[in-house]
Amino acid sequence: MAGSSIIKFLDSLSSRSSVRYLIYSCSLAFFFALILVPPILGIVLKWNTMADIFGNSSLMSRATSAIYASFAIALFVSFIDVIAGLPMAWLITRGGFKWLRSLDTLADIPFIIPTVALGYSLLLFWNKPEGISSLFGTSLVSPGWLLIILLHFAFSYPVVVRVMVGALLDYKREYEEAARTLGAAPLTADRTVTLSILKPSLIASFILAFARSVSETGATMMVAGAFENGPIFISNLKTAQEPGYEGALVFVSFILIVISCTIFVTIRLLGPRLKMPIKKVWPVAERKLSSSGVTNLRNGISLLVFFLLVLIPSLFVALPAFYAVTNGTLNQAITGAGIWQEYWQSLILSYSIGAIATLLNTIAGLPMAVLIARRRLGTTLSSVLDVLVNIPLIVPSIALGISLSIFWKNFAFIPEIGLLIFVHLSITYPYMVRSMAAAIERVNINYEEAARTLGGRPFTVFRTIILPLTKYSLIAGAVMVFTRSVSETGATLAVTELKTAPVLLVNWVKGVVPATSLEIGLGCGILVLFSFIILLVLRLFAKRGY
Amino acid sequence: MPEVRLVNVTKKYGKIVAVDNVSLQVHDREYFSLIGPSGCGKTTLLRIIAGLVQPDEGEVYIENRFVNPIPPEDRGIGFVFQEYALFPHMNVWDNVTYGPRVKALESKESEKLGREMLEMVRLFERLDAYPSELSGGMMQRVALARALAAGAKLLLLDEPLGALDAKIRQELRYDLRRFVKDLELTGIHVTHDQAEAMAISDRIAVMRKGKILQVGTPQELYLKPQHIFVANFIGESNFLEGYITKLDNNESTIELRGELYVQSLDKRHKKGEKVVVAVRPEVLAVEKGEKRGKNSIFGHIEEFRFEGTNIRYEIRLENGDVVVVVRPALMVEWLNVGEKVTVSFPVEKSFVFTYPERGLKRELALE
Repeated sequence: MAGSSIIKFLDSLSSRSSVRYLIYSCSLAFFFALILVPPILGIVLKWNTMADIFGNSSLMSRATSAIYASFAIALFVSFIDVIAGLPMAWLITRGGFKWLRSLDTLADIPFIIPTVALGYSLLLFWNKPEGISSLFGTSLVSPGWLLIILLHFAFSYPVVVRVMVGALLDYKREYEEAARTLGAAPLTADRTVTLSILKPSLIASFILAFARSVSETGATMMVAGAFENGPIFISNLKTAQEPGYEGALVFVSFILIVISCTIFVTIRLLGPRLKMPIKKVWPVAERKLSSSGVTNLRNGISLLVFFLLVLIPSLFVALPAFYAVTNGTLNQAITGAGIWQEYWQSLILSYSIGAIATLLNTIAGLPMAVLIARRRLGTTLSSVLDVLVNIPLIVPSIALGISLSIFWKNFAFIPEIGLLIFVHLSITYPYMVRSMAAAIERVNINYEEAARTLGGRPFTVFRTIILPLTKYSLIAGAVMVFTRSVSETGATLAVTELKTAPVLLVNWVKGVVPATSLEIGLGCGILVLFSFIILLVLRLFAKRGY
Repeated sequence: MPEVRLVNVTKKYGKIVAVDNVSLQVHDREYFSLIGPSGCGKTTLLRIIAGLVQPDEGEVYIENRFVNPIPPEDRGIGFVFQEYALFPHMNVWDNVTYGPRVKALESKESEKLGREMLEMVRLFERLDAYPSELSGGMMQRVALARALAAGAKLLLLDEPLGALDAKIRQELRYDLRRFVKDLELTGIHVTHDQAEAMAISDRIAVMRKGKILQVGTPQELYLKPQHIFVANFIGESNFLEGYITKLDNNESTIELRGELYVQSLDKRHKKGEKVVVAVRPEVLAVEKGEKRGKNSIFGHIEEFRFEGTNIRYEIRLENGDVVVVVRPALMVEWLNVGEKVTVSFPVEKSFVFTYPERGLKRELALE
């Protein structure tokens, strides 16, 4: 009864335009005050310190190499992701066998595993004697740039597959069929028609893979060895606190943010104008390349790449975790002996921060998603907002963390845990807004209008029409916010000494805290297991709904 | 030349039989229509001919060539989709010349074909426009030009007018037939609109639940329906239930409900058999007052509708059945609701069908 009277009260409130304006204003204020302005002001406040690095040529040289490495690796990995992910998405959606749909779920696994666990898993697989190296008698891949590339490929490849599977499923196959009936071989039809129409999704998947690569810190630290990219350089600098380090931090963060934003804006602006080479056709060659033999070869290579470079290395951490269960390490962990007490505390901290970020971003993000999707501020302003909410997504999180840390430390009354929450809110905000804005945009506005003409007040319409129709995107957004927050290492390192689970595991792997490989394996395994359980619960919750 | 032959073609989707053992022959340069209610399998059959769907059983021949293993691009067909399927990232010119390009024709030849086809559909001046800048009718004309420019001799049209306004639909349907005839093509046109099919087809196949019920010219289907569903789907019919009570050399006598008797020239049924007499609304005559005569039944006007060209009466017969009568609005005296009338029809203008095993209503149902 109390529930229904609250709903009635909210319904009547929502009819007042002043209440609606208030909600939208609060959502905008949240975005500008907590998400967008602090990182910009953070850099501006310490602008002068940047002069320090210009007088220190060795630091400058390290900084420029690190920045270059970050973008070179991200660009390379994103290209490879698209080249490898596209045929895989094709195979999943067009393969014609039901069992291929399970590949779709398998391709999500590296996406769900927290990146530090993924990093350790890859380190074990490629470098440690327990991995594939045991077949060759020597360490196959040493920590360094190659292992970073393998790692970044493993966690960004699922992004491309996910986006392209969605795009191919939504794609109207009539275009392809029309091309075939006009005489085009399958490859010609795919190249000249399907890929051109799916170009926006290809660009989006490239940007997401790029952002994920350029931003990752924790797992990269595990596999980097002495190699430095932007985030590792910042992390090393912060740990070592060499003279002039603050200026270098601001400089590298500033450059990483500016270049990331420039690349993002360039791709967004120039991407739609990019003409695919569709005029030229090679009927004989493309017909041969469309043959079942060549198609089977392509599918075989796609599967091999997926299993050998993505899935098996990602799940390899299960092996030491399994040994740890059988040899008594698990008992130690359960009793909280030794290093495990701090582990459980870090886990609770990570999940608490993740839950708070998910809750707050859902509350603050939903009105923003409506503003963007329904163009409530007019087409131009809404489009600008649409671009602005993406910024935390494409900026390296450690750089964002540095600028946020500079800004928020001016407010001494804010406790360290508060800083941590603010940073995680910033980093995860776009996942909820993007997911929900896209979903609301897909809901035909006629449904809303029909509900209004039938007597539904705005809140009722939102509750009974929009939410049920966008429920899966809401859950997907919440899952992404939560997993991203639990995985986040770079920004956490930048703002606080508090140990979240990924930070703790990085310390274990790097030997800051002595831990055996079984302990690290079990630590990662528990993190992965909990992530799976939480995702499962969220999915069940989604099913129980409407 | 493109004669199309289907032999025992079947296609199933799980437990649903979309096409059920269909055999059919479409002659060279014929404008042929497949009609039937939604979900009857007509589009699936068209897609099987195109090679976009593989049949589970049966054979498809185009120009006497067995084409089951041949992909759509090698079947020499043109396919026009209901929603046009114009490539949104290409302008009109690039859409229309896509076929010649992917078939590696000389660019001069491609241009000539593209120009000819665009001129034929009267859209040459819009060659720079993108599909999003065109109206529905224009888009469908471009789609048609594109299919024709690919050099197809067999044109497959899947509800090509279904997404257009009524007026444009009427104009374009005659264009379709003209293009097919002028270019000496074979056309197979799928539609659920029987008036459209009747207006432009040489022959029509009526489908229901994956099966072909009857194939014939529009006149044959209208004047001599072989199946009760066809009598109802092509045009409109009144159905009167009864029993054959008498058979003689010239005609059969049917007793309707309420001890009313009518005669028919249809003598295919046995004495005592339960039957349905079908009479078209436009065949029924209606006169003021009660006048006895052969095949005359008394009743009163229950509903009157003015439809422009025609007027339409719903008449309650003395046995309680209701029949619809359609008369040309300007040719007859208009009758009022409640007026007593006599309804009659000539013996040669009715069809008699065996009463369907599963009931009349279910037999006539469109779904």
